[in-house]
Amino acid sequence: MIAVEGLTLSRGERVLFRDLSFSAGSGEVLALTGANGAGKTSLLRALAGFLQADAGRIAFADVDPAEARTKHLHWLGHLDGLKGARRAREELTFQARWLDAGADGIAAAIDVLALEPLLDLEVRKLSAGQRRRLAFARLIAVQRPIWLLDEPLSPLDARWRAALGVLMKAHVDRGGTIIAAVHDPLPLAARALDIGPDAGVRR
Amino acid sequence: MSALMILWRRELSLAWAGGGGPLLACGFFLCLTVLVPLASGGDPAGLKPVAGGIAWVALAVSSILSLERLFERDFEDGTLDLLALGPAPLELAVIAKAQAQWVAVGWPLALTAPLAAITLGLPPSLAPLAALAALIGGLGFALTGALGAALALGSKRGGVLIAVVVLPLFIPPVVFGAGALERAANGLSPGPALAFLCAYVLFAGVITPFAGAAAVRNAQG
Repeated sequence: MIAVEGLTLSRGERVLFRDLSFSAGSGEVLALTGANGAGKTSLLRALAGFLQADAGRIAFADVDPAEARTKHLHWLGHLDGLKGARRAREELTFQARWLDAGADGIAAAIDVLALEPLLDLEVRKLSAGQRRRLAFARLIAVQRPIWLLDEPLSPLDARWRAALGVLMKAHVDRGGTIIAAVHDPLPLAARALDIGPDAGVRR
Repeated sequence: MSALMILWRRELSLAWAGGGGPLLACGFFLCLTVLVPLASGGDPAGLKPVAGGIAWVALAVSSILSLERLFERDFEDGTLDLLALGPAPLELAVIAKAQAQWVAVGWPLALTAPLAAITLGLPPSLAPLAALAALIGGLGFALTGALGAALALGSKRGGVLIAVVVLPLFIPPVVFGAGALERAANGLSPGPALAFLCAYVLFAGVITPFAGAAAVRNAQG
């Protein structure tokens, strides 16, 4: 579903990794591991089309990359894209509708992530974990097969880590693909891919 | 309701969130136009030939105030990443943001313009023209200003950089807008100057979406 060939990525003068190749198919979970600054986030941003690679190719099955990015791919980074002055309901609706969600999808996301009690609060009053749940809602509201997640569980408590693990499992069981940058292990079976200066050499 | 409409409404509500930024711009605009007659010694006759020009310089400077908010905050909190991944093209998102900026800031400034014109000693009969010209020019300011704000993304001191990038681009609308008031004050038709002002808006409307979206993509890299 997503295939990377000979990818070399650098930030400024520093080369993060060279000649990295991997693929993640339907139903697979790929956990990107590596030290801080190894390039996990940069790799995810390159997959999402924000960063230009120095060399190599990123291919999405039989879809044009530009189309894949705007129709088949979810991105959940460190930053939630939520505005403190707005109510949770408004921000959830905006994020989901921007990605073309229907009312059913939004209602399902509110239900699954137990967001109802938060909806009338201003986003600034939410905790980091609650904000992450609110941002995660767009992944449930809009069906897109590829999920790119950057430390998705870090602000969450044990209960919600497990709950999001169940949601991620359900997504891959439906044939989705998840690529997640992690430090702690994910609460579901995942193939690990170590990112770093010698990641490409090792394979 | 389409995705762009939702973005537009979000922009509008954010412009007014947290203390009424547009009112601040209007207050700044009026302060500038009150300062000039006081500083120039209170001689209305001497001020008259340049009143239209001063009004438009004040309008241009006031339009810059809230531009930093337009893209920089969305860049810092990750909203721009989300905007790039929606089915709607980023170019249209840039237009929606610029348009919302016009409605949020340009319209209140256009409503303030007659007051500013009268403060500067222009005859009250010119008040409707001052508002109309400021309304058209405001769309030009919002479009070019959005481009400047996108170009300044990610730089330290973005606010000052926006002003330095944008003010030279504001010269044509200031010339045409002040020209409209000048011609009307001398009993001529303001039509030609307004037509040039409209032409500038159309030009900005074509350039801004493409250049602005390219600047946003560049900042994301």
